[in-house]
Amino acid sequence: MSNWALILYCGLITYLTRFSMIALIKKEMFNDRIREILSFVPSAIFPAIIFPAIFINDIGLIEIDDNPKILAAIIAMFIGIFSRSIIATIFSGLASYWFLIFVV
Amino acid sequence: MKSNLKVFLKGIIDVSPLMIPVVPFGLIFGVLAIDVGFTPIETMAMSLIIFGGASQIVLLQLFSGGASSLVIISSVGAVNSRHLLYGAVVSEHLSDLKLIWKIIISYFLIDQAFAISNEYLKNNKDHNRYFHLVGGGATCWVIWQSTTFLGIILGAAIPEKLGLSFAVPLTFLALLVNDFRKFVNVIVIIISGLVATFGYNYIPFKAYVIVAALAGLFTAMILTRENKKA
Repeated sequence: MSNWALILYCGLITYLTRFSMIALIKKEMFNDRIREILSFVPSAIFPAIIFPAIFINDIGLIEIDDNPKILAAIIAMFIGIFSRSIIATIFSGLASYWFLIFVV
Repeated sequence: MKSNLKVFLKGIIDVSPLMIPVVPFGLIFGVLAIDVGFTPIETMAMSLIIFGGASQIVLLQLFSGGASSLVIISSVGAVNSRHLLYGAVVSEHLSDLKLIWKIIISYFLIDQAFAISNEYLKNNKDHNRYFHLVGGGATCWVIWQSTTFLGIILGAAIPEKLGLSFAVPLTFLALLVNDFRKFVNVIVIIISGLVATFGYNYIPFKAYVIVAALAGLFTAMILTRENKKA
């Protein structure tokens, strides 16, 4: 398969996952219970991106020792909880990470 | 009711803080794509056609590892399966729209726009409230295309040592700041994170994202049912 075909197919599948639910679901299908469950979608999905990006290293192994990303993420999390600010969370995480790898 | 333009601008303003980490993400994507052997035009086309950071980074990772096209496409599909759930959440607010708007909005239904507009759509019942989602999505589109372009040009000039890819999990972490205060959400976050981390190497087709998400949702179902009984 050429690179172009690969790009087109990946684009198509990305688009279709976004479109299918918008087009197929009707408002009447939602009751309070479904709404309640769906409100947990961000809490259920984002950690699946966050945790591996912090704990899995470049060669695909879980890395706990000597991993500055863990402490930086914990600092960012606490800053986030107390400040409720998206920007403060991201910058405190990046700043802690750089401090840990360049200074400590 | 606010004018369409006002709602559109509100979407731009609300999503702006989330655009800060998109900048390094786009730059990294541009740099990496050239590095693994895509031409500048192919790299630009990826951002225009796919328009999804996670999809594009997964594509690059597997492509550089020599994976077959079928594995790459199904992996992108698996990573994207989270959009099915986003769609299910926002479709409730979009069900009265014309098909043409559904076609347009689907293109902009990305993580950041979803996170911001989901709050707005919940708290606002105006007929034109979907312009908020279009505003947020369009902002992200502009940032994503321009940073991809910059990344292509800058190439290897950005030091890998800065670890800018760490901005990606931080972005998602920042989106959860309000959920860390709720007990059930914290349990869901931990379950999903553990399943994803330990399943990373064992769940085929990079489907760990959706498996972990379903485990998290299942946990939420059980915990919220117990709450009601008590």
